[in-house]
Amino acid sequence: MNITEKILARASGKTSVAPGDVVFVNVDKVMVHDVSGPGVLAVFEKLRKKGMIIDKIWDPERVWVAEDHFVPAADKISAQNVVMLTNFTKQFGIKKHFKYGMGQYGICHTLSHEEAMVLPGEVYVGGDSHTNTTGALGAFAAGLGHTDVAYVLLNGKIWFKVPETLFFKLNGKLPDHVMAKDLILKIIGDIGTDGAAYKTMQFGGTGISEMSVESRLTLTNMTTEAGAKSGIVEPDQKTRDYLAARGATKYNEVHSDPDAQYEKIYEYEASEMEPIVAKPFSPENTVVARDLSSVEIDKAYIGSCTGAKLEDLEAAARILKGKTVKIRTEVLPAAMSIFRKAMDQGLLKIFMDAGVVVGPPTCGACCGAHMGVLAKDEICVSTTNRNFPGRMGHVESQTYLASPLVAAASAITGKITDPRDIR
Amino acid sequence: MEPFKKIKSIATPLDKVNVDTDQIVPKQFLKLVQRTGFGQYLFYDWRYEKEGIPRKDFILNDSKYKNSKILLARDNFGCGSSREHAVWALDDYGFKVVISTSFADIFYNNCFKNGVLPIKVSEESLQKLFSVKSEIEVDLENQSIRADGLSMSFDIEPHWKKILLEGLDDIAMTLLHEKQIVQYEKAHKI
Repeated sequence: MNITEKILARASGKTSVAPGDVVFVNVDKVMVHDVSGPGVLAVFEKLRKKGMIIDKIWDPERVWVAEDHFVPAADKISAQNVVMLTNFTKQFGIKKHFKYGMGQYGICHTLSHEEAMVLPGEVYVGGDSHTNTTGALGAFAAGLGHTDVAYVLLNGKIWFKVPETLFFKLNGKLPDHVMAKDLILKIIGDIGTDGAAYKTMQFGGTGISEMSVESRLTLTNMTTEAGAKSGIVEPDQKTRDYLAARGATKYNEVHSDPDAQYEKIYEYEASEMEPIVAKPFSPENTVVARDLSSVEIDKAYIGSCTGAKLEDLEAAARILKGKTVKIRTEVLPAAMSIFRKAMDQGLLKIFMDAGVVVGPPTCGACCGAHMGVLAKDEICVSTTNRNFPGRMGHVESQTYLASPLVAAASAITGKITDPRDIR
Repeated sequence: MEPFKKIKSIATPLDKVNVDTDQIVPKQFLKLVQRTGFGQYLFYDWRYEKEGIPRKDFILNDSKYKNSKILLARDNFGCGSSREHAVWALDDYGFKVVISTSFADIFYNNCFKNGVLPIKVSEESLQKLFSVKSEIEVDLENQSIRADGLSMSFDIEPHWKKILLEGLDDIAMTLLHEKQIVQYEKAHKI
């Protein structure tokens, strides 16, 4: 069995499972945020109307809550939703509630790894499609709808069909001007936005061993954009070090068997990789960045669960150091812990000297909800993960998805720019 | 949930691929938490100009399709965000069936949780359905789709079929076993 099959077998109390089997698994962790949380509560309300008594949940210790989509509260309704989340955590005794304005808080997927909320070998589900992100730590991580999350909150279990696994092998170390974002965009361009529908995308090979945990998280994050059920990387010493630095040392790692089966293996040569950009209006609409050097843009956005981890900010700062931005540019670290490290390392000074506005962690503009959305016909180069019509604002705005290096280089020139072309 | 009955209606042909859930319900409506009333926001940015003036060229605003219960869509329908509001909106608007060549995974599951039937058909079958002008009948019991001169069958997992036909949801399904659960809990009391 491969790692995903082994995790699902263990969680369902079976000795072996195969792709296509339906398994009823025990969930280790579950997450809701300020959109899915109120959605789940609406499901609870419906059940109560049917006569169900809901006065406790399965295990408050295994549930954690993030405020990320509409914080800082975008309007009165969003403010009310945060109050609703607070009441929910109080009522059911959920202690891990990362509240805006009270120390550590941030985008849910970022907290999942920054706070070591999820550990290798675990089954983790969340009320958000990018829950896949956390699979980079060697866990089975998948997003669910509100009704399914409500079910998990009450029962601690959920069923899955064991997915087929596609294996993506990266040979060699990525060049300095190429980031994990370029690799995952390249892969999505190759297999399409439904190329991994209901499958697991596993990443391995020497290039992945060389990669930091943060980079691996960029890969698994965007498996969602290829339609995948989950994304995963086998844990190694880098994973252990990353988690140990966050206080987590006890967990049961799972590794693929030597004879593990994969539906298909894709190979990529790191040395051949180039900076890639996905044009509007689909993440599969990919070209090399240099082909777009005539595209003029209005804004550069460095934020989100996939593009504002510490190393993403470090990459942007390398390009922006001593330069001035030509277009509106925003940097929003994905969690307060990252914000603080960026401050301690002097990155915020580099950004501000370049004219960039630095904002608080939020999903806000990535999903076009608030905090700097796009106007009609505005064009943005963004380190985020989606560029569907209207994703970042007006339905006739445009988003080009790119790595933090490309976004920062483009901020300086006002056109889409390969980082190698910045002197 | 209401048990799923045979559906007969004109089908609304939405000729777009990769329709993501943000097109189905734009993010500005995600803050609303009541589960009802989302129908008015369905395909909002495609349906309306500024200040709620309906766009004449969008299919839902064509009076022919006013009472349609069946939506025809292209590849990868429901991709993007996991928001269950997308299905709530389709259901509230009146769509009980969505037919496409493929669906995004989370969306597909969310449909069954809310009494909406997503049907996967081949490219060729979908093409035929897109050209049907009269009513289409979807019979879940017999897993068939019929329309003037056309007849095709579709696959569905028995579990999902039962849930829809009997109007059960996952939690109601579990409650069917409530007696056994209570017995088990009693026997295993610490």
